[in-house]
Amino acid sequence: MIDPVVLLSFVLVLSLTAYALLGGADYGGGVWDLLAAGPTADRQRATIARAIGPVWEANHVWFIVAIVIVFTGFPRAFAEIGTYLHVPLLLVLIGIVLRGSAFVFRAYGPPDPRFDLFWGRVFAGASTATPLFLGVIVGAITEGRLPAAGTGSFASVFVQPWLTPFSVSVGIFALVMFGYLAAVYLALEASDPDERSAFRTRALLSGVAVGVLAATVLVLANSEVRSGLIASPWAVPLHVATAASAIAGFCLLWLRHYQSARLAAAAQVSFILWGWALTQYPYAIRPHLTLVDAAAPANVIVILLQILGVGAVILLPSLLYLFRIFGPRGQAA
Amino acid sequence: MDVLYARWQMGLSLAFHIVFAVIGMAMPVMMVAAEVAWLRTRRPEYLDLAKRWARGTAILFAVGAVSGTVLSLELGLLWPTFMEFAGPVIGMPFSLEGFAFFLEAIFLGLYLYGWDKLRPQAHVFAGAMVSLAGALSGAFVVTANAWMNTPTGFRLVEGRVVEVDPFAAMFNPAAGGQVVHMLLAAYAAVGVAVAGIHARLLLRDTAHPFHRRAFVIALAIGLPAALVQPVSGDWAGRVVAGTQPAKLAALEGQFATEAYAPIRIGGIPDVDARETPYALEISGGLSFLAHGDPSAVVTGLSDIPRELWPPVAAVHLAFQVMVTIGGWLSFLALWAAVLWWRGKLFESRAFLSASFFSSTLGFIAVEAGWMVTELGRQPWIVQGVMRTSDAVTPMPGLVVPFVVFTIIYLGLGAVVVTSIRRTVLETAPGAAAR
Repeated sequence: MIDPVVLLSFVLVLSLTAYALLGGADYGGGVWDLLAAGPTADRQRATIARAIGPVWEANHVWFIVAIVIVFTGFPRAFAEIGTYLHVPLLLVLIGIVLRGSAFVFRAYGPPDPRFDLFWGRVFAGASTATPLFLGVIVGAITEGRLPAAGTGSFASVFVQPWLTPFSVSVGIFALVMFGYLAAVYLALEASDPDERSAFRTRALLSGVAVGVLAATVLVLANSEVRSGLIASPWAVPLHVATAASAIAGFCLLWLRHYQSARLAAAAQVSFILWGWALTQYPYAIRPHLTLVDAAAPANVIVILLQILGVGAVILLPSLLYLFRIFGPRGQAA
Repeated sequence: MDVLYARWQMGLSLAFHIVFAVIGMAMPVMMVAAEVAWLRTRRPEYLDLAKRWARGTAILFAVGAVSGTVLSLELGLLWPTFMEFAGPVIGMPFSLEGFAFFLEAIFLGLYLYGWDKLRPQAHVFAGAMVSLAGALSGAFVVTANAWMNTPTGFRLVEGRVVEVDPFAAMFNPAAGGQVVHMLLAAYAAVGVAVAGIHARLLLRDTAHPFHRRAFVIALAIGLPAALVQPVSGDWAGRVVAGTQPAKLAALEGQFATEAYAPIRIGGIPDVDARETPYALEISGGLSFLAHGDPSAVVTGLSDIPRELWPPVAAVHLAFQVMVTIGGWLSFLALWAAVLWWRGKLFESRAFLSASFFSSTLGFIAVEAGWMVTELGRQPWIVQGVMRTSDAVTPMPGLVVPFVVFTIIYLGLGAVVVTSIRRTVLETAPGAAAR
């Protein structure tokens, strides 16, 4: 019998993985909207909007699922994160509101070029800023500078614990990673060869950037986190898997096998996330709050797991149907 | 001071979100009804209608989804102490709501972008799933709010929550009445609002087939709900009478503890003088409605410690607004039924004018109703268990996020109105003809 707290943590990591692979790529799409350039710029933006349109709201719900798991299953962690990471969370919220609203305003608003341009910029800007702050939040609960109790100046309690080189580097890492995912996905969605090679170039460049930033994060990590990332028993196999999928993704892109490149990129991001999760275990918030300490009463966790299990049975077929209808293969059919 | 800004921010976020949440529950029902009518009759107006309503739903649902996300995180940002305590107890309805919302988002994507990709039956099924999931997610969230009014399903031992029973918490005494009241309110508010928009265009051309069909579908969704709403209001009210005496006393402006307590129509509660002058009083009415017996004793505010009073005037006023509008909309439903029976629904200009005049009233009633239940629970965030001022975050400077969200929501509200006006209303058949 697996410990329910461990199982729920596992499910939380799974939903975060789904959010990164799906919702994260939607943010990445916004980044490439911001950076759209060259002769195919307009077509790139159209492809991004077409790819995101039917699915972004469903993808966003993975974030809600994660929030609900945290506040139901790990209420103390939710309370501490809500208190001491108020500022970056607020910025994430503003980003989420502006990103979603701007997207529908552009898609369904009046057909006025100025209106489109303005909301297109808001969509792209908010899509770029939000992953930065999401990454900063993950960095902050990993680095372990959040106070156990808040005394001191506003800056020392509510800003300095997360505004660190390490957390900021995790934010940039998340942004670049989502951009990489989106570029790889979009290469498959592109409507013509020119546009496809534009996304391929972006994917190759951001793939390299992911590697550089991974190294940066490692350098900036404190010794405890770094030793978790490098020296623990699972570290070597996971690093090998991450590296293998990174190299595979790069080669597959180079060879223009976009379908397989997509899988490799998704695997790489998942391995990175799981590596982080294993480093973080058994903590909810380093260094003072473990998952067990943060957890709700056992029966609540069991009921939550049951709901998640039953919900998944209804949800996953619906989700697969959605992606089958609107995925690139669905469009070809 | 900060707790006040936190309350303002929460109130603003709720007031903003509820508009879109209500639309997200009721609009899909109307758009599916129009599509089914199109499939049955093949009249092109119905298809046009379904597509227009879907277009409106797309914008409004997205704003509802993101403003709902704001609320779910704001609970932790503004009220971390509350969430640490309440999260495990009411997490179950929230997780069920998460799934319902997930289904809603999936099938809305299929519906909005699937006109050419799905078979007609599959497309209607997707729309029906959006409608069903919308109602379910609304119901789940309201059970969590009802728990704040009538907290059950846990025990407190030295400030720690023990013996959590999530089912008892979800099916708390206030849940049933509040859920039914909210769902009916959503259908009534949105149906009447949409009917009002088309009534305005019918006043220009009463024979217009597009607006006639739209008007009928909207009324068919809105008015039956409005007609039975007083019954659910009575149910919710009796639960309040049994569980939240201070809220009941505040919403009626009842200061004295007395038998034959009156129903007050109008009136301005004066908390210093402890009376509610300028009210039309129906003796025994409150005793009867609250306890089923005109001679029953109703606890007045005078027997409740002063520091446990909600803001009496605001609660009483909001309650009067809600009840007045509710009564008017029930009357509108009866009026429509009589006209329909006589086959003169479109011929009465008075009814069309009344429908147009009523278009925003349902939303005002929804806002007023939430003010009644939320302000009426103060000073508690969880009735009798935790005070709002004890739940607030220690972070200072809450005025800043409050101002930021006010600006964002005002801006978004303006853009939503302009977008709907320019893409759905002004391009409607017969609308540009001037």
